[in-house]
Amino acid sequence: MLVKRTIPLLITGIVGAVLIFSKLFPAAESLGEDFSIYFDIIAVFAFVLGGGNLVKIHADKIYKQAKGWGYSVVCVVGFFATLIIGLTKMHNPEGIAGDLSAQGSYFQLIYAFIFKPLAATMFALLAFYVASASYRAFRAKNLEATVLLVSAFIILLGRTFIGTWLSFWTPHGEGFGIPQLAEWIMNYPNLAGQRAIMIGIALGIVSTSLKIILGVDRGYLGTDSD
Amino acid sequence: MGWYERIRDIDRRWIFLFMSVAVIVPLLYTIEFPEFPTPMVRDTFKVIENLHPGSKVLMSFDYDPASEPELQPMATAWLRHCAEREIKVIIMALWPIGQDMARDTITEVTRDLDERAKGGGPKTPWVYGENYVNLGYKSGGQGVINVVLTDFEKFYPVDTTNRPLSSLPIMKNVKSLRDVELIINISAGQPGLKEWVQFGADPAGVAIIGGSTAVQSPLLYPYYPRQLSGLLGGLKAAAEYEQLLGDKYPQYSDISQNKGRIRMGAQAIAHLVIMLFIVVGNVTYFVERSRGKRR
Repeated sequence: MLVKRTIPLLITGIVGAVLIFSKLFPAAESLGEDFSIYFDIIAVFAFVLGGGNLVKIHADKIYKQAKGWGYSVVCVVGFFATLIIGLTKMHNPEGIAGDLSAQGSYFQLIYAFIFKPLAATMFALLAFYVASASYRAFRAKNLEATVLLVSAFIILLGRTFIGTWLSFWTPHGEGFGIPQLAEWIMNYPNLAGQRAIMIGIALGIVSTSLKIILGVDRGYLGTDSD
Repeated sequence: MGWYERIRDIDRRWIFLFMSVAVIVPLLYTIEFPEFPTPMVRDTFKVIENLHPGSKVLMSFDYDPASEPELQPMATAWLRHCAEREIKVIIMALWPIGQDMARDTITEVTRDLDERAKGGGPKTPWVYGENYVNLGYKSGGQGVINVVLTDFEKFYPVDTTNRPLSSLPIMKNVKSLRDVELIINISAGQPGLKEWVQFGADPAGVAIIGGSTAVQSPLLYPYYPRQLSGLLGGLKAAAEYEQLLGDKYPQYSDISQNKGRIRMGAQAIAHLVIMLFIVVGNVTYFVERSRGKRR
């Protein structure tokens, strides 16, 4: 109980309180910084835990030959290949002490020719889904949907040259045309909504943080059976 | 089956095909449209213009290749602008891949400057350690901002080339975030611009400008113009900034050097196609509804 509950609760409470006080009292400022640096050390363990978890889940999938286990093989092989190449700094022109991503190193090649195109492709696919969803779901079914549709249309127009060209009543880029209307939507209705959401979230964060620091909310510790 | 039913039930692969053509053709043929910079982009441009040569700015690259198409043009334009204005740039990253994004941007800007140097010039060469430095990536998110707020060397004893910060001329008289004149942040999420405003710029009392993806920028509007002196939202704003930079510094007016303006052609056509789909989708919806009522 002491190791599983009391000590973690004490650590959380002390760290949380110190970080709050470090903002309020200049004398405690350096203590807050030290805790931020400790976070960097803890993050190292998180990397190990994250990597271990990834391997465990996918190894299990491969062992049981679950649906799509072939992708898990690619994932595990990719993980270990990148890890080994990164740790040994294979083919790094600056040697083992050099920059991890030095030009010409195998780690850099993995980044440039595998990771970068894959990440960009995943994001680019969004355009296709947006187009398909806009065709099937963006309908003026009721008043709210119509307001949303009209606003989206103005923003889309305002974010392209067409908005400027269609604003024939005003000189290009001047006066109050469609691009300015799009800006107005962003600066007023959007801003008001965003502020309300942000204030709500901030109050929620304050209350949750206080509950965690004071040990009222213990959900992050998991259950006794964990 | 009526005409509207055929259109309504169109195979999604046709939509994907339309979208592909709408994006690929403008990129292949570099279709260019005029850009008319909005007040927010003009304000952002003015922030850099108003800095005096020799000023020091901190530039944080908090994004990855997924958002590179939108954010890289901003980063390149800002770095070019700083180099032109002889502003010294301290570069860092809160995202693991941000360090690579920074290196790619530096390579691009350095190549341009080197090519120009062969033909007469910039006035002074852009030297590592003197005009710019890359401190690299550190994990810890806003924790890193908290620490550099009072001391860079606590988190960054050395730069990416393993040189102690104290040995770099650019870091002379720069102990903390409070010693830079401006923070520039290009971000695609968390930690990003919001964290830089809350934990960095506001406590340090330093001005901040930033760029974010179009999806993220509405979340950042509440900070502009009091806490954020300038904001570039998405590719459109990047293209507008490139336009302003090209107008002021003609060496950057050629569209082949401006990826934002090149990509904006494709984005404009893609927006048109999406709008067309919305209109067609609504026409079929209303036809269907009116026929249903009649029955």
